[in-house]
Amino acid sequence: MIKNISNLGDAALYCDFGDEVNKEINRNVINYFNNLRDSNFLGITNITPSYNKLVISFDLKLTSFAKLKKQVENLELKKINNSKNNLIKIPVCCAEEFALDIKRLQKLLKINEEKIYEIFFSKNYYCYMTGFIAGMPFLGDMDKSIFAKRLETPRVKVPKNSIGITEQFCNIYTFESPGGWNIIGKTPVDIFDNKKNTEPNLINPGDTISFYPISKLEYEKKYE
Amino acid sequence: MKKNMNKNYFEVLRPGINSTFQDNGRNNFYHIGIPFSGAMDNRNFLLANTISNNGINNPVLEFAYQGPKLKYIGENISINVTGDVNFKIIRKNKNLEFSCYENIVLENNDCLDILSTNRSVYGYLSVGGTFEVDYYLNSCSTNTKAKIGANSGEKLEKGQIIQLKNIKKILPKNKIEFLNSKIENIRIIKGPHFDYFSKDAIDLFFSNEFNVTKLSDRMGIRLKGPKISNIKNTNIKSEGLVKGVIQITADGDPIIMLSDHGTIGGYPKIGVVISADYDKLVQIPPGSKIKFKEINLKDAETIFKLYEMETQNLISNIK
Repeated sequence: MIKNISNLGDAALYCDFGDEVNKEINRNVINYFNNLRDSNFLGITNITPSYNKLVISFDLKLTSFAKLKKQVENLELKKINNSKNNLIKIPVCCAEEFALDIKRLQKLLKINEEKIYEIFFSKNYYCYMTGFIAGMPFLGDMDKSIFAKRLETPRVKVPKNSIGITEQFCNIYTFESPGGWNIIGKTPVDIFDNKKNTEPNLINPGDTISFYPISKLEYEKKYE
Repeated sequence: MKKNMNKNYFEVLRPGINSTFQDNGRNNFYHIGIPFSGAMDNRNFLLANTISNNGINNPVLEFAYQGPKLKYIGENISINVTGDVNFKIIRKNKNLEFSCYENIVLENNDCLDILSTNRSVYGYLSVGGTFEVDYYLNSCSTNTKAKIGANSGEKLEKGQIIQLKNIKKILPKNKIEFLNSKIENIRIIKGPHFDYFSKDAIDLFFSNEFNVTKLSDRMGIRLKGPKISNIKNTNIKSEGLVKGVIQITADGDPIIMLSDHGTIGGYPKIGVVISADYDKLVQIPPGSKIKFKEINLKDAETIFKLYEMETQNLISNIK
């Protein structure tokens, strides 16, 4: 449930679901998100779900904070059966030239490379949110034994399609972008397809992701 | 694309620093990481289309600092430039000077040279007709990070051709008397993490000037000034952003999110620029100083209504 709704400037609502990061709270956020998408309340221009917040921006010419807040408070939540919440399998190539930080992680975590990958590939990950850059999924939770901090100095350019890990989360860089996550591999699959005019992103909030390893040869084949 | 596909077109002789096609922007895709985009200075965008008798969401060419130099081939066409912009038309080796905010007739073989924006950032070129551009998710707005929108998501490039369609008959002058006023005081509303900062830090934030640095673009404005120190945590769990949000980075510097901003962010939000000051904020060039002033939500809403009325007045006074 929403604990508190405040204003984020004069043209957005900031809905607070708490401070913790867990699936239960996040499912709640996503449920509100789906219900609001169906509600057609006048003036909404964007709705951004994240771990435990929901930001609703609106057109100040059409509505106001007070009006929209009341509508959100009185929203009757329906269980929206979102059939889009799929299990998606993502191949990852862990060849040395793609796994930019694996050697450093070995030292840092005091676990050998094979074991790090074994732990990483053994779990399914839940998509809490997508964004920052187009289509980038924020996935969790990773096994505690491979928690690692961000790079102290972020890279200016993380290659497109890199798989990064930090703390309990992992993500996929959908575009070449600056970034500070530990890079452990690369996928040949485009997560955000800017040629597609509907649903350009492969992974949506609420989806479950399982990664599986592929060889360099398979990686190159998939790219062809 | 062949040069002679269409008989009315511009050839880009010089692309300018950051020239992109923009419209009103893209709604309802923040949740997949696609920002609003659209013309940075919405009022000048609106005025450009109004002078051209176009629909309010017609694409315009936005430029920053130095604009493009364009050679025109085709039948006579009305064009106008909005913003605080210095430009000329080269016709048969003669330089002709014109003003912003009125229709000008461009003839075959004319060269439109948009030299610079004056002590501002963005300007707009609109035509009596339509730039033939690609649409993506209901908008032509170019987002060069996600590589979407008009021009395959890229800035204008030297040598490219811009096709025009639906050319209108020569339009009346439609002159608007408008001076772009400059501001230094940016009004903001407290953000959700206001209490992450000590009273001293808050006092510093409101009593000092900040420099607009060169690291400013369509995504955001980076400021330098006194360090705003944090008493709780320099990071938060990433959450949604909107345009105008002021985040304080771990280094203690403010960054203001603009129209192409990343959709989520992990720095505490000290405040949000009010909607009525956004158009003026984006026009503040690097090297300038700005100062923040706190106001409440109710006042911000009233000021926005007045700002909207002012825009409508400008439009209804077209001559």
